[in-house]
Amino acid sequence: MSAGAVTAATAPGRPKGMGPRTEATLRIVAPVAVGLIVLGIWQFLVSVVGVSDYLLPSPVSIIEELIASWDSIVQATLITGTNALIGLVLGSILGILLAAVAARWRPIDRMSAPVVAMLAVVPIVALAPVLNSMFGADSQFGRQAIATLASFVPVFLNTLRGFRQTVPVHRDLMRAYAASSGQVLRTLTLPTARPFILTGIRIASSLAVISALVAEYFGGPRGGLGSLISTSAASSQYARAWAYVVASIALGLVFYLATLGLERLLQRHTPQARRRP
Amino acid sequence: MSEPVTQVAAVEVRGVDKVFETRSGNVQALEPIDLTVAAGEFVSLIGPSGCGKSTLMRLVADLDEPTAGTVEVFGKTSRRARLDQEYGIAFQQAGLLPWRTVAGNVALPLELHGEASAARASRIAELLDMVGLADFADRYPDQLSGGMQQRVAIARALAERPRLLLMDEPFGALDEMTREKMQTELVRISAETGAAVVFVTHSIPEAVFLSDRVVVMSPRPGRIREIVAMRLGAEAERAERTEELREERVFFDMVTAVREALHGGSPIGTGARGVETR
Ligand SMILES: Nc1ncnc2c1ncn2[C@@H]1O[C@H](COP(=O)(O)OP(=O)(O)OP(=O)(O)O)[C@@H](O)[C@H]1O
Ligand SMILES: [Mg+2]
Repeated sequence: MSAGAVTAATAPGRPKGMGPRTEATLRIVAPVAVGLIVLGIWQFLVSVVGVSDYLLPSPVSIIEELIASWDSIVQATLITGTNALIGLVLGSILGILLAAVAARWRPIDRMSAPVVAMLAVVPIVALAPVLNSMFGADSQFGRQAIATLASFVPVFLNTLRGFRQTVPVHRDLMRAYAASSGQVLRTLTLPTARPFILTGIRIASSLAVISALVAEYFGGPRGGLGSLISTSAASSQYARAWAYVVASIALGLVFYLATLGLERLLQRHTPQARRRP
Repeated sequence: MSEPVTQVAAVEVRGVDKVFETRSGNVQALEPIDLTVAAGEFVSLIGPSGCGKSTLMRLVADLDEPTAGTVEVFGKTSRRARLDQEYGIAFQQAGLLPWRTVAGNVALPLELHGEASAARASRIAELLDMVGLADFADRYPDQLSGGMQQRVAIARALAERPRLLLMDEPFGALDEMTREKMQTELVRISAETGAAVVFVTHSIPEAVFLSDRVVVMSPRPGRIREIVAMRLGAEAERAERTEELREERVFFDMVTAVREALHGGSPIGTGARGVETR
């Protein structure tokens, strides 16, 4: 949860002697294959070796549970997903705006640095019980606030870093053109920072889902994936708990893939060979 | 030059020196320098690496402030001239924006200064044609060779038909053939537009071929050692500086004159570092 991990916007290099098509296929096929093998072993352990279905529900029983309580799972996913989405959007906007301000005015940078460092190292879900009771038992606001905070940190850190990537010759050029500060922001600073901002949002997307979900473990209204996982587990309905876990994984993946898609879309015109150290 | 004497100089540098304050102490990059570039005049700066050619050019462009002295461009302060967009500039590095296409890069100054998009498109086509990159309008800078990138930067510098062109070793990355072609182009462009040019180079023949006057600088701290007037400019109009000139006697005489000025009377061969004598 410590979101201090600032990852540069570098795409991993493609192994030599591998076409882009082969590589793309492999990237999809490999994890699917691994997943199937794991599921196979799991099913084997439960149904052949005889590990108690009560302790470790088999994949088949989890799928049955998924189908049986499909409506409530979709409901729960929507609730948690909405919280995470609101948090991601708000956190990203806040992060970008504050980073712009911090990049522009040194004193604000100085003042915000320790606060952000604190936010980055303190597990943000630790705030969950406090916020949940602050905003009352029937408000989703505490969870959204937690998801916002969790998203804010990586977006802020990456954006700030991105804003500092402009090179001297480009700044000289803008000065020679007597460009206004708005023009500099639009034509130079933002495009330079764009891959960093998008990387920040991609990191934030997973954190938003995780924190929205985990925040539900600490009270507040029922109905989200997190609270249903904890109630099902508490009442020993392990297969159902696992079904909700599967839904959580799917939700996280959707968020991740959506932001990855956004990144691809906005970077489409950026040639692959944007070399960054 | 044939301009009336009353015409205001393109560049007027008076008593300019520049000290860079660094952590490890002060660096005197330029000793007091006086230099006047007339409107429409082509002046080259030549000298060993680190003698302050780029620094001088940056002072004229108001990208740095002189420690002492004044810089005027067309009778205005260099700051006013920058704000009024009196000059076009090409840096030692091409400095293209990697997320913009070739056409987008050339369009940048036109866009920033609010040129209408129809006029912009035709101007870009014209410029790309001129630097021989018409077929590369939609490419990105990292898909071009270094020389091609530099040509895009030159097209960008010319985009707004400035009265003054500041060029810092713009042809440094070009092969000999392209280089000579670009030199001929530059002579044509500057004659056509009547633009004054301040041109930094390491190549003596290039300076001789292009210039009305060659300013020879010496290093540490940078100062003007000698200003060599090119008889070429007086004898012939600039437009007539054709390829044949490169093989004429007077050309080699001027090359020799600049070489001797560079070496400051010391026997040639002990070498001012960083200057090509080809
Ligand atoms: N920003 C700076 N800070 C400190 N010293 C500098 C700075 N810019 C230039 N200098 C110093 O000023 C001197 C002149 O540098 P300049 O770049 O003008 O040389 P130059 O003649 O253009 O060299 P070259 O032909 O290699 O481009 C050098 O000694 C350099 O170290
Ligand atoms: Mg230089």
